[in-house]
Amino acid sequence: MSTASAITSHPVLKSLLGAWALAACSAEETAAVEAHLTDCAACAEEAVRLRDAVALLHPEDSLDLDPTLRSRVLAGALGRRPARIPVPGWAAPYEAEAARLDALLRDIGETEWQAPVRLAWFDGRDAVSREATVAGVISHLAAVDGIVADALGLTGDAGTATPEERTETAWAAQSGVRAPVVRAAWRDQGHTLIRTASFEGGRAADLAVEYGPFSLPLRDAFLDRAFECWVHAEDIAEAVDYPYEPPSSSHLHRMIDLAARMLPHTIAARRRAGLAPPARGLVRAGTPGRALHLEIEGRGAGHWYIPLDSPGAVGTPEEEVAHVALDGLEFCRLAAGHIPPDEAAAGQLGDREAVQDVLFATASLSRL
Amino acid sequence: MTNDALRWDLKMQQRLAHGEAAALGELYDRFASLVHGLAHRVLGDESGADRVTREVFAHVWEHPGDFDPRNGSLRSQIASLAHRHAVSRLRLAEDDGERSAEEVEAKVRAASAAARADYIVTSMPAPLRAALDLAYFRRLDYRQAADRLGVTEDEARRRLRLGLQLLSTAHDGPRAVSPPQRYGAVR
Repeated sequence: MSTASAITSHPVLKSLLGAWALAACSAEETAAVEAHLTDCAACAEEAVRLRDAVALLHPEDSLDLDPTLRSRVLAGALGRRPARIPVPGWAAPYEAEAARLDALLRDIGETEWQAPVRLAWFDGRDAVSREATVAGVISHLAAVDGIVADALGLTGDAGTATPEERTETAWAAQSGVRAPVVRAAWRDQGHTLIRTASFEGGRAADLAVEYGPFSLPLRDAFLDRAFECWVHAEDIAEAVDYPYEPPSSSHLHRMIDLAARMLPHTIAARRRAGLAPPARGLVRAGTPGRALHLEIEGRGAGHWYIPLDSPGAVGTPEEEVAHVALDGLEFCRLAAGHIPPDEAAAGQLGDREAVQDVLFATASLSRL
Repeated sequence: MTNDALRWDLKMQQRLAHGEAAALGELYDRFASLVHGLAHRVLGDESGADRVTREVFAHVWEHPGDFDPRNGSLRSQIASLAHRHAVSRLRLAEDDGERSAEEVEAKVRAASAAARADYIVTSMPAPLRAALDLAYFRRLDYRQAADRLGVTEDEARRRLRLGLQLLSTAHDGPRAVSPPQRYGAVR
């Protein structure tokens, strides 16, 4: 405790002015400061100034930026001065989803980075899940984005590991790494991917990106990464109890289109693995074969004709044997493995086996 | 650290000048909440803040050459730009012919100081900000704050006073928004 005499010296009283203005000193000190102000003009002047400053303190508004503002702001600017090096259209959904997830991460506190997040997917037969943390999910995203970085020659690695192997490696190396470091590593790599894709432009669109069991052209790999970024952003948002909006309709449409184009290959792979009944007949590549009409309603809406008997066949309305109607978000949750195929709220008509094949194949698109 | 910041700013300027759309996206990701927050504090409405955000980023994209590192960081110059746009929008909105010029100016001055104060708080050295946070928002006295921060009582008093002194410059006018926040600023 300070003695009464110690509080009466000018330097001590002056040093108390900040605490006094904030009502953060003892009653004794407050009285001493106030007595001093009546006969020290310099301190009195500063006291008024600091009191006025306190009135400017404001709880920080956690005003979430409207996630659609980003595209409006960028479009407005690009309308006034067109880009010499635009971001390719196929990279735009990834750019938007990464920015949205980053905004969510900025809003959550560092303690929430250790919050448990359940990652769920469908392994071809059953629903499976695994527990991670927010930090673990971000390093998972960064690890799998690394596949694209390898393909673009950004890492100097040949990159033969599968998404699962890369994730395990990242998780093993992750302990003790602080949240801001994890976030910055993911974000910086993402920015570099977008930047490199912009400079490469059309030349790189068809570059093969090796996922291990399959490969995708770069343009589709960016859509795949956008989709996974959104799905895991939702996982995180749910874990920390934050609202999170789905992607824009046009971006969602592109993601659904990728899934629809992958389905014939997944159906064929399920047949090879004995998980689906055999094809009804072989169709020569490039010719029409039996097709399922996939009708997506709501966000991301569109119509797709999925060839059922051979990945090389062409799906056409004339060969439609079944019809499935699904809401865009429901389809995406199915494709993310978040709802089991037999529980998807799908309107179905026609060949039941075809409907089953497509719903199970859709869920089988999911992975860790 | 501060050299890194200067390098980042210059590189960003170069990329914007080069017409790289990806750079504009990164600029938005870094500064949108700063710009929108300042504009919102001045204008008090969402759509006005959205509009200011659009104007500010379009301006920087169209005129990347306006950024001059001798006048402070890119962050402080973008904050000034946001402040100017928001204040002129507020003045336009308030000047509806029903209020006296003095009333309009008083309102503009108050909104302006509030926005500058926000900027000062987010830009001040972290130890000062932490001390203010404990004393004001958590209502600790300076002894408890000293204890919480692991510093002497003298140091806690010093931080509270210095933090408020910085904050009080918000009343001084537009210069406070871009205090030559040099790249070697206090830590």
